[in-house]
Amino acid sequence: MADAAFVPMTAVAKPLRDRRLITRGLDRCSLPVFSAWLAPWFVMLAVGLYATYLALRFGLNQTNMDNRFAFGLWIFLDLGVIALGAGAFFSGFLLYIMKLRELQAVINTAVILGFVCYSGAIAVLLVDVGQPLRAWFTFWHPNVHSMLTEVTFCISCYLAVLTLEYLPIVLKNRRLKQNASFLVFEWELHRLVPLLAGIGTLLSFFHQGSLGGLYGVLRGRPFAYRAGLGIWPTTFFLFILSAMAVGPSFLLLVLSAVEGITGKKLVAADVKMTLGKISGWLLIPYVLLKSVDTLVWLHSTSRQAGFRPWEYYCWKPFGFWVLLAEIVVCGFVPAILLIRRATRSRPWMLVLSAALACTGVLLNRFVLTIQTLALPTLAFDKFMVYYPNWQEFAVFGAVVAYAVIVYSLSYRYLPLFPQEKELNRVSRS
Amino acid sequence: MPRKTHRYGMVIDVDRCIGCGACMIACAAENNVAPAPAGANERKGITPVRIERVTSGDEARFLPVLCMQCEHETPCVSVCPQQAVEVDRESGIVFQMPQRCLGCRYCMTACPYHARYFNWWDPSWPAGMESTLNPGVAPRMRGVVEKCNFCHARLQAAQDKAAGSGKQEIDAADYVPACVEACPTKAITFGDLADAASDVVRASRDGRAFRLLPKLGTEPKVYYRSELGWVRELAERGGGSPEGGKA
Repeated sequence: MADAAFVPMTAVAKPLRDRRLITRGLDRCSLPVFSAWLAPWFVMLAVGLYATYLALRFGLNQTNMDNRFAFGLWIFLDLGVIALGAGAFFSGFLLYIMKLRELQAVINTAVILGFVCYSGAIAVLLVDVGQPLRAWFTFWHPNVHSMLTEVTFCISCYLAVLTLEYLPIVLKNRRLKQNASFLVFEWELHRLVPLLAGIGTLLSFFHQGSLGGLYGVLRGRPFAYRAGLGIWPTTFFLFILSAMAVGPSFLLLVLSAVEGITGKKLVAADVKMTLGKISGWLLIPYVLLKSVDTLVWLHSTSRQAGFRPWEYYCWKPFGFWVLLAEIVVCGFVPAILLIRRATRSRPWMLVLSAALACTGVLLNRFVLTIQTLALPTLAFDKFMVYYPNWQEFAVFGAVVAYAVIVYSLSYRYLPLFPQEKELNRVSRS
Repeated sequence: MPRKTHRYGMVIDVDRCIGCGACMIACAAENNVAPAPAGANERKGITPVRIERVTSGDEARFLPVLCMQCEHETPCVSVCPQQAVEVDRESGIVFQMPQRCLGCRYCMTACPYHARYFNWWDPSWPAGMESTLNPGVAPRMRGVVEKCNFCHARLQAAQDKAAGSGKQEIDAADYVPACVEACPTKAITFGDLADAASDVVRASRDGRAFRLLPKLGTEPKVYYRSELGWVRELAERGGGSPEGGKA
């Protein structure tokens, strides 16, 4: 130890300078500016971690959930981020299976978004259950009839797939690339990516669908219950389609936000338009099928269960406006705007349409998770009201902060955008 | 020789119920339900039996609501991801296994009767009160779901007694749930719905018997009975009323 003290530090290893971690040729802000950007997100994360500690240490009595509102903000968050994170599997499917090479420009961002959305959702699920240490019971005593079993298996496996897809991106870091074994490992992983994309697509189909099935099978909740094909309620298929439709839109929104914040062009305009076009053409069948499903439910499924469907909408604030907002304003309108070249070629219109599409799918998840529980089932029930408390919002905020931090670090230290150098060279010249 | 299968169920005579809450108290004492902690409200407490007051004009009735022991497509059983809820083939009772429960609360969301309760706190009793606990029933820990299981510990005791006397089947008088026993007006008839000669079958086939939300198709084994048409109409119709509990 005494000898080691006399060895000059430079002889052991070069000091890890921030600039040496950034990919050559990429322009990034200074470390103090970057630290100032991250600071508020770390504060948000710390508050959320404290709220998580309270929930784990003292129990879920720390939340405003109760026996009637057994699911709350956190389940809405899970369903929401998993739908938005669908860009990862769908972009991978289009790029590696359908050979839509244009998406190479956004695939890294799609994978990172998927990774943070799924890991964030799983972390929140572990806080949301009463006995997190028993999470493995689902693998040990699985009930094959439960949609939640399917969700648990598929999202756990898919997170592993996303981790394997994220790893080659991390290993492209300038510093890590200097290690030959990392390079070999990255190359080997890269060869697996098309296979992983295929597995990810299969897993995603099942868990996106099962998340819809989670509510669609609830015979005891006629507001959510849907008839279907075989064991799958219609919500199973609608969730898959809506996630596929909204995934590219969310990717588009994030790319636009990153470009706005960094002041750089990261992706060519035609790639963004392609994302918008994909979203639009998938939103069309989704909203059409959703409309048919709603009519069948209103006129048949719900009545058979002894419920008068118009009564669902007499409880304020959930009037018919929710249905109109979801299907028309945030469904048909963005779909039409996105499929028309004239509208999607305007950047602000493209972003607005993508935002509307994402809002529509989030509203759909909100309706199924929150409105379902608020509505009475028994004739002597009352309409239930639930407001999340600060702990619930703080955990929600922590997931957002975690996502921003992981993405910011990835943007700074990893070569995410293959077109970045060229686009910014062009714009500077 | 395999044991006979049963379908335990009950019929609650709404016209006899006076809403005294004796069934709730007896249930809590029998099943070691801990007193609600200071931070609890009516939506965070544990009441495996709860009393709902329903009215029409000047008339009022009380409906004790507990686990309906659904027989067909039991909503809570199919949704539980780790088989912590199951229907016992011998007794027809829907069981919750707190030892296996993850506390995901999906079953609570699935139950249309709101008859499932989450342990939001660790159970605790005032000093000295532990000695009043029922040694035959394990208290449930924080973070798991529980519900009425027709006082299953009493069924086990009756089975033990029968086995001790060399009998295959229990004596019906040995298995009576605590709420049935405590009701001062004898409003609850309990028994085996598979036994055509039993009182509970006779009561359930009475023209004035009805079940909650029958159109959902869950086939509850808990029936109600009332002479009043508005009570039956209210119980069978779904969807709530803006004033809650009023026909």
